[in-house]
Amino acid sequence: MDFVDYYKVLGLSKTATADEIKAAYRKLARKYHPDLNPNDKAAKEKFQQLNEANEVLSDPEKRRKYDQYGKDFKHVDESAGARGAYSGGGPFTYSGGDEDFSDFFRSMFEGRAGAGGGGHAKFRGQDIAAELRLDLKQAFTAHQQVFSIGGKQIRVTIPAGVENGQTLAVAGQGGQGINGGPAGDLYITFAIAEDPQFKRLGADLYTTVELDLYTAILGGEIVVQTMDGSVKLKVAPETQNDSKVKLKGKGFPVFKKDGTFGDLYVTYKVKLPTNLTEKQKELFAELAGGVK
Amino acid sequence: MNGSEVLIPIVKFCENHGIEMAFITTLHENGLVEIIKEGDTLYVHVEKIPRLEKIVRMHFELNINLEGIEAISHLLERIESLQHENTELRNRLRVFEG
Repeated sequence: MDFVDYYKVLGLSKTATADEIKAAYRKLARKYHPDLNPNDKAAKEKFQQLNEANEVLSDPEKRRKYDQYGKDFKHVDESAGARGAYSGGGPFTYSGGDEDFSDFFRSMFEGRAGAGGGGHAKFRGQDIAAELRLDLKQAFTAHQQVFSIGGKQIRVTIPAGVENGQTLAVAGQGGQGINGGPAGDLYITFAIAEDPQFKRLGADLYTTVELDLYTAILGGEIVVQTMDGSVKLKVAPETQNDSKVKLKGKGFPVFKKDGTFGDLYVTYKVKLPTNLTEKQKELFAELAGGVK
Repeated sequence: MNGSEVLIPIVKFCENHGIEMAFITTLHENGLVEIIKEGDTLYVHVEKIPRLEKIVRMHFELNINLEGIEAISHLLERIESLQHENTELRNRLRVFEG
């Protein structure tokens, strides 16, 4: 647990007045507020530090304790009555979970960020970020997923076609508001595992199938696996290695566009026969002679 | 979810956030939020709530005026679009690296 220099966080000297603290906090909060820095973890961390620094330095009692014991906070006598209940956060209410405050802060003030709330002001509940790991098959179909957040079960419908790294906001499903404030939001970021059979680019899928030499030369019919079953595919005579065919509408569902699908591209890999019999070798030699 | 469930009465939104209705109508007049009127009641679509809450925070917590919010909103839309493009390109790269 490291000591946190709250004055340094706000760019102030130890003699800063309450107005200077307020002004420094507002100025930096405008720079690092998560609303103005979407998906920027560094800005969010900085903003949390600012909130924490402001929480301590704008409260005369907490500031006095911090100034007195700061670097020796580990040795503060808890019975000294210096323990302070968290009063509901700074004026900025973007978030306020335990994870928003440093170990240093919790050790020193024993407050539970975002909980309780001593004043009557309404505070918005914390936003909660969750990561959901899916395989390609799960991302292919809309389905319901249950999240357990703060002991509460939340059922969320995951639309078909979500992308790796995409974040979905579920309004009002984050932490509960304080003193009647609105609930925070739940942000779900999807991590979609690589699929051994299909590669995905947007809504298009790519797959490779092996084709034996004879079907490639003479043509024929093969069965190809798609995401939702198998299809029969006619192979044209004299099909070349690495040639592609497009199966329209057999790709991935387009996110939030019901009934719209990308395409599936099938690349043929012609496999040469091995372990030829003498007879087969003779026949190939005959063919080769015909060519030469 | 039926049609009425996806609309949030503005009165309720204002109560929850402790703000005046006039603020929302001003946002509407400035093209920052879309208001839906059904009978005598004004609503906002549930999908627009996160954006509306963001505007409320910008104005009341960060002291940003409406002109500033408008400019920031445009820039945020661009950032989100670029981030989306970035995600797509990363996924595309993942295919070729894999």
